[in-house]
Amino acid sequence: MLFWTTLKVALRSLLANKLRSILSMLGIIIGVGAVIAMLAVGAGAQKQVLDHVTALGSNLIMVMPGQPRSGGVRGGSYQTLTVEDAQAILAEVPEVEKASPVARGNGQFKYYNKNKESSIMGVTLTYLGIRNFSIEQGRNFTVSEVEQRVKVAVLGADTAEELFGEDDPIGEQIKIAGVTFKVVGVLKAKGTQGPFSFDDQALVPYTTAMDRILGTDYLSEIDLEIAEDSDQEAVQAAIEDVLRKRHAIRAGQDDDFHVRNMAEMVETATSVTRTFSLLLGSVAAISLVVGGIGIMNIMLVTVTERTREIGIRKAIGAKDRDILVQFLLESILMSALGGVVGVGAGVSVAQVSSLVSGFTAVVEPVSVALALSFAVCVGVFFGFYPARRAAALDPIEALSYE
Amino acid sequence: MTAEHTPAALPEADFVIRAQELVKTFRLGETIVRALDGVSFAVGRGEKVAITGPSGSGKSTLMNILGCLGPPDEGEYVLAGEPVSKLSGNRLAEIRNKYIGFVFQTFNLLPRLSAVENVELPLLYGGVADAPQRAQEALETVGLGDRMRHEPSQLSGGQRQRVAIARAIVTDPAILLADEPTGNLDQSTGQEIMALFDDLHAQGRTVIMVTHDQEVAGRCERQIHILDGRIANGAEDARGD
Ligand SMILES: Nc1ncnc2c1ncn2[C@@H]1O[C@H](COP(=O)(O)OP(=O)(O)OP(=O)(O)O)[C@@H](O)[C@H]1O
Ligand SMILES: [Mg+2]
Repeated sequence: MLFWTTLKVALRSLLANKLRSILSMLGIIIGVGAVIAMLAVGAGAQKQVLDHVTALGSNLIMVMPGQPRSGGVRGGSYQTLTVEDAQAILAEVPEVEKASPVARGNGQFKYYNKNKESSIMGVTLTYLGIRNFSIEQGRNFTVSEVEQRVKVAVLGADTAEELFGEDDPIGEQIKIAGVTFKVVGVLKAKGTQGPFSFDDQALVPYTTAMDRILGTDYLSEIDLEIAEDSDQEAVQAAIEDVLRKRHAIRAGQDDDFHVRNMAEMVETATSVTRTFSLLLGSVAAISLVVGGIGIMNIMLVTVTERTREIGIRKAIGAKDRDILVQFLLESILMSALGGVVGVGAGVSVAQVSSLVSGFTAVVEPVSVALALSFAVCVGVFFGFYPARRAAALDPIEALSYE
Repeated sequence: MTAEHTPAALPEADFVIRAQELVKTFRLGETIVRALDGVSFAVGRGEKVAITGPSGSGKSTLMNILGCLGPPDEGEYVLAGEPVSKLSGNRLAEIRNKYIGFVFQTFNLLPRLSAVENVELPLLYGGVADAPQRAQEALETVGLGDRMRHEPSQLSGGQRQRVAIARAIVTDPAILLADEPTGNLDQSTGQEIMALFDDLHAQGRTVIMVTHDQEVAGRCERQIHILDGRIANGAEDARGD
């Protein structure tokens, strides 16, 4: 009964100073909006990574040139891995069932007036199996095409779609980085998104890629498929042995390559997104605190302005607690309202960023609940001091306040 | 002389107010102002008492203590049988809510609440169940049954004071305290308000009223004249009995 009247009064006094209330809520709105948007983008990024990993399969092992982290995941600048390394691993480690050299580059794709930038993946035919790809249309390239450096390409689903639309790409000629290729196949879509999507690329024989486009003798990566149920650690160690021997690396010396399995990839990705969300989360927390100070400031002004009202309420029987609750309710209402508006703003920002960046930001209910309860806590915390000041006013002094 | 300050021959239970040697001092820098300097008197149930005196004599200070807005520095104050001069804070808030109805010179209604919401407020703080019903009845008593939903800004001065009176009587308090209730009203409106107080008194309510108006004071059963913080109509011996 008293509670509802108090709530009504709180709402009316916020409405009576609309602009002022909105300005005071701005900090909370921005803070909550930021939390929601950041968490959504973080969750989206994480989901993308996990989608990639699922698409790759768990028995994939990748060998990269250079030290881990020194050149990033792509590590293109290190020239240590060769086609012979790949063949040696396949020959000497029994658990390795398939091996594909990977020579990666980027280039302009052209079909008549259609133009697009995509990844060029120089690989061998087993790459499809290693990476869980399958052919949607046409065929994979053949052993002899690889041996003879034939200019044939198997397009990713999105690349094909963008260049050819409804038309049949099989047998058509396209230009990749200025070189004419014949499209022999199209891959089935994996449904991954973003700048590193597996559906946005073209597979060509690694021999062709290295000779005719990239002009290099070194690989960007070796992709291996190991037998189901084999001991990943042991296989990894065996692979490292082979390569250290081949590269003449003595005991105690650093490797000039590194081996990664999928578990590691997931771990790296999640730790990166975790750091990212922690950083942005603390920025958001700071803006919430700033928002809280804004609310505290306006509540102190409100208490001063309404000193006489407080005196009247006390004169007719309001206890200290009644006054405390009234002003606390007002600041909570302000921060909660700011929180709700902030959630709206955050969701919109997340949606816009999904449209712009190409990967889907995921707004989780948990993060909405988290941000809202945080906003309410800010209201309680920063509203408490002004409310207590109001409650502690002397009734006689408050009544004679001009 | 005692009769000036204490209604004669009342049984103990019929006293609403017994005040003994009330002292209130204010310190303003170096100077100490004794706003109340030993005030003793009693008021019986159903009396109508005027408090008069020049400006600055201590009338409002006395009303604040009688209204339990703050304790006296010294002295005893018994309100409706309860000794209240040593109480403070929330206990006093309860006492005010239960025993006292205030009517102020400046009306002191809450601006964004309608008339009936203003009148309900003391009932809500007191935890009374049928607040809307009783608030309506109180507004009807003061002749504002048709202005329930109006906010103070939509009412005339006289109407505002009627709402304030309704708020003061809605809890059925032991005393009505009015500090210059007509001070902000024109002559004829002031007379209407005074007539309303006469009606309330006739219904058996105890009214204590500060006034500068001799004619108003004359209509009260008893006058207590304050001068420099003391009761000045004769008696030194102004204790309760
Ligand atoms: N809060 C205060 N601090 C200091 N002095 C005060 C305070 N309140 C009242 N006084 C002093 O106490 C004395 C009595 O004041 P009070 O307000 O009771 O007078 P009053 O009789 O009501 O006057 P008026 O008829 O003008 O309303 C005055 O001298 C006044 O200056
Ligand atoms: Mg006064």
